[in-house]
Amino acid sequence: MNALRELWQSLTDSLEKLGSVIQFLLRLTVNSPRALTRFDLISQQIFNCGALSLVIIMLSGLFVGMVLGLQGYDLLQRFGSEEALGEAAAIGLVKELGPVVTALLFAGRAGTALASELGLMRATDQISAMEMMAVDPIQRVVVPRFLGGVIAMPLLAAIFSVIGIYGAQLVGVQIMGVDAGSFWSQMRASVTLADVNEGIVKSLIFGVACSLIAVYQGYYATPTAEGVGRATTYTVVTSAVVILFLDYLITAAFL
Amino acid sequence: MGKSRTLNLGTGTFVLLGFAALFFLTTQTTSRGLPFMSPPHYDLTAKFDNVGDLKVGSPVSMSGVEIGRVTKIDFDESDFKAVVVLRINAKYSQIPTDSDASIYTQGLLGGKFIGLTAGGADTYLKDKDQIDFTQSAFVLENLIGQVLANFTKSKADAPAADAAPAPAPADSKAAGKPKAAEKTK
Repeated sequence: MNALRELWQSLTDSLEKLGSVIQFLLRLTVNSPRALTRFDLISQQIFNCGALSLVIIMLSGLFVGMVLGLQGYDLLQRFGSEEALGEAAAIGLVKELGPVVTALLFAGRAGTALASELGLMRATDQISAMEMMAVDPIQRVVVPRFLGGVIAMPLLAAIFSVIGIYGAQLVGVQIMGVDAGSFWSQMRASVTLADVNEGIVKSLIFGVACSLIAVYQGYYATPTAEGVGRATTYTVVTSAVVILFLDYLITAAFL
Repeated sequence: MGKSRTLNLGTGTFVLLGFAALFFLTTQTTSRGLPFMSPPHYDLTAKFDNVGDLKVGSPVSMSGVEIGRVTKIDFDESDFKAVVVLRINAKYSQIPTDSDASIYTQGLLGGKFIGLTAGGADTYLKDKDQIDFTQSAFVLENLIGQVLANFTKSKADAPAADAAPAPAPADSKAAGKPKAAEKTK
């Protein structure tokens, strides 16, 4: 009986959490148009979330692409169709690996930074101070960070995919000796605009999800050292699960 | 001021890189370039009995060289044929009017493409012209079905010569297969 009550309790708790996250998202959306007038703030956050994540994204993209090239070549040459390597690597990167791996790295690199920054602001009473000066912290601090993340994410995913394709080309063509012409022409023949669109839609949705989770965890962090640490951890864990869950949903919707 | 400048520079570079990457993905990895970027071209049509799994965007080649792409596949209800629109690069403007178009497969199981074979006429195909000589796609399933049918027929003939080539005995496992293949057609 007790276990049942605890189960019910945790169920209602998580529903309550979900509700408050969605309410927070609505608040951010309502505040977004006005925040767009202070574009310098958003631009600074695009720099923080995007430009500073560029190195890790490009390096990971290169290695993911190279692994794809190697694995893809090994698998395809068993069927004597290693020319399809370009097609396999491009579709894999553009539709799946680009958005998903970028979002996971984004959660680890930018999401944690956002959450701990906001959490520390909360812990050091900077947010309360803003409220006392009649500055809306949501408007001034949270929304620019959220929008910066949402804008940066699709761009990062696109960069990841392009570097990945070149990584696959590097291994497949330069090392394994697949013909460069058929590598690119088979890719062009089979990748459609719909595939690219799917990748862009995915990365946009992941961008919203990751940024939302990060700013939510940071903004509502318990104002202690431990609370900030927990907010950062939860940001990564929740983002990873939500990204993979959403990935399944979006893929199913696109098929 | 100096700090804000490097910051703006970094943001600008990042956004530019991002959009360059998006542009690369939409134009370079897909067969669809931007409309204003497509080279001068002209359209030809060809009617086929069966296009198999030919798709919009499949290449059109002549002697193995890609000279254009399939831009539209439609069905003509008046003569129950597939109408394929081929967009040919304007560079290749001297294709004889009696050339023929066939649908081939890349590799054993690869995608389909249209191969043009030059004819001998002195006049050349112009925009909106139709290629009259066409050969349909080779559908692997049909061929397998025929082979299996022949195979079971010869098997059924051998033991009992009086039996007609018609329905094979139910206990023969192979006999069921061509029937199944025909159903899916």
